[in-house]
Amino acid sequence: MAKVLVVTSGKGGVGKTTTTAALGAALARAGQSVVLVDFDVGLRNLDLVMGAERRVVFDLINVIQGDANLAQALIKDKRVDTLSLLPASQTRDKDALTPEGVAKVIADLSKKFDWVICDSPAGIERGAQMAMHHADMAVIVTNPEVSSVRDSDRIIGMLDSTTEKAKAGEKMEKFLLITRYDPQRAARGDMLGTDDVLEILSIPLLGIIPESPDVLKASNVGAPVTIAEPDSAPARAYTEAARRLMGEKVEVTIPTERKGLFDWLFKRRVA
Amino acid sequence: MSGTHPNSSRIRMSGRSFLALTLTPETPLVDWLAALDHQIQRAVGFFAGKPVILDLSLMRADTPDLPHLLPALQERGIRVLGIEGGDRSWPAVADWAWPESPMGGRASGPVSIPEGEKTPTLAPTLVVEESVRSGQHIIWPDGDVVILGAVSSGAEVTAGGSVHIYGALRGRAIAGIGGNADSRIFTRNLAAELVAIDGFYATAEEMDAKCTGKPTQVMLAGETLVFKPLL
Repeated sequence: MAKVLVVTSGKGGVGKTTTTAALGAALARAGQSVVLVDFDVGLRNLDLVMGAERRVVFDLINVIQGDANLAQALIKDKRVDTLSLLPASQTRDKDALTPEGVAKVIADLSKKFDWVICDSPAGIERGAQMAMHHADMAVIVTNPEVSSVRDSDRIIGMLDSTTEKAKAGEKMEKFLLITRYDPQRAARGDMLGTDDVLEILSIPLLGIIPESPDVLKASNVGAPVTIAEPDSAPARAYTEAARRLMGEKVEVTIPTERKGLFDWLFKRRVA
Repeated sequence: MSGTHPNSSRIRMSGRSFLALTLTPETPLVDWLAALDHQIQRAVGFFAGKPVILDLSLMRADTPDLPHLLPALQERGIRVLGIEGGDRSWPAVADWAWPESPMGGRASGPVSIPEGEKTPTLAPTLVVEESVRSGQHIIWPDGDVVILGAVSSGAEVTAGGSVHIYGALRGRAIAGIGGNADSRIFTRNLAAELVAIDGFYATAEEMDAKCTGKPTQVMLAGETLVFKPLL
C-alpha cells in the first residue's frame, strides 16, 4: 500500500506546489514510485512546475467523473521514470471534487505507487479538505512569519479533527517544513526563528529550505529544483527531507550556498 | 359473603417515624418567600419528599398575601402535610385544601438546611491532552478545563470554572462564564490575545506587561483582572 501524503499550509504562496514537486522528484530519484496529484482545481500550477503543461489531456476531474481512466490521465515524467503527475482541471471549480470520487482515485493510485502526494490548494475550504481527507501523513509548509504560522496551526487542527484518520481515532503523522528561510534575516530578527515556529506548532521538523533564487529558476524552466539544480542548497535540503520521509535519520541542518573561490572571484568582477 | 369472619385475616401494619419540618412563615410574606427561595437554591432538593407542617401562628386574618401562601409553597414542591395555628374560618384561606395536622409530635429543635450539601455534584473537569489549535473552540460550561498543551493564537477556551493551561496561552481564555467570579486562569506562558473572568476581560494591550511570557495566574479582584506571577 502506498503512503498518502498531503502537502498543505492554509496560507497561499508559501511553497506548497514547489515542495510537492521537489519532494516528489527527490523520492522518485531515490527509487520510489511516486504520483503527484494536483488538488488545486481551477488554479492548477503543478503541471507548470513539473514542465508538463503541454502534455495534459485528461485531468483529475475527468477521472472522478468517469470521462477518462487513470492510465489516460497520468503523465509520466520524462526525466525520472518513476515519477507521474495527475493534473487538476483548470476549467472547473472545487465543487467538482466529490468525496466518493476522490476516495476512489486515491484508492486506485495507492495500488500502483509507493507514494501518493496530494498538492493542496490554499485555504481551508473544500479543495483543501478533499486533499487532506485520505492522507496518512501531512507535510505542513510554513514560512517563518506570523500569519503563515497561525494558518498552519489552523490546518494542523483540521488534520487532527476532520480527516478520515482522525475520525477513525488514529493519529495523523505531521511534519513541519519551513521554507523561504533566510538565515541572515533570522539573525537580524526580521523573521521568526525556527525555534519559535517549532515551539508554536509543536510538530516534528522535516526540514528547513533556505530562500534561494534557484527555486524560482527551476520553476521557470518547468523542473523541480531537485532535478534542475540537484546540488543547490534548497535541492539538498529537499533531498534530505525526502530521506527523512522514508524513515532515515538525518540531522536537520540549513544547507548554505557553496561559494568556491571561483564564484567569489567571478562575483567580484561582476560587481 | 358472610362465610369469612372479619377477624380471620389481619392486615400487616408496622410503625415508621419521620421527622416533619415545621415552617413558620413571618411577615411580610413576600420577603419570607424570597428568603425561602434563596435557601432552596443553595440546597436543591432539600424539601423533596419531606413532610412539612405549616405553622400559621404568626399570621393574622388580614396578613397581606396570605391567600397565596399555600399555593406558593406547593409551587416550590413543598408538600404540606398539615397546618397548625391560624384559623380555617379566615376568609383569606377559604380556598385552601386544609390538611389536618397529625396529632401529637414533639418539637425537635431547629433544622438547618445543609449548606451546599445537596447542590448538584461538582461538574467534572475536562482534560485536553494536546494543544488547542487556531480556529478550535473548547466550551465546558460547568467545570474546570485543563489543557496539557498550548492554546494557539486564534483558539478559544471557555469554561464555567477555571482554565489551567500547562503550555503557552496565545489565544483566548474565558473562565467563570456562569457568573463564577472566583474562577481563575493559569498558564505557564502568558501571551494571550484575551482573557476574561465572569464577564470582565482584558485584551493583550491591557495586560500587565511584566507577566508577558511568564507563568501567570489571572484572577478577579472586585471588578479588576489581576495578573500575578506564578512561582
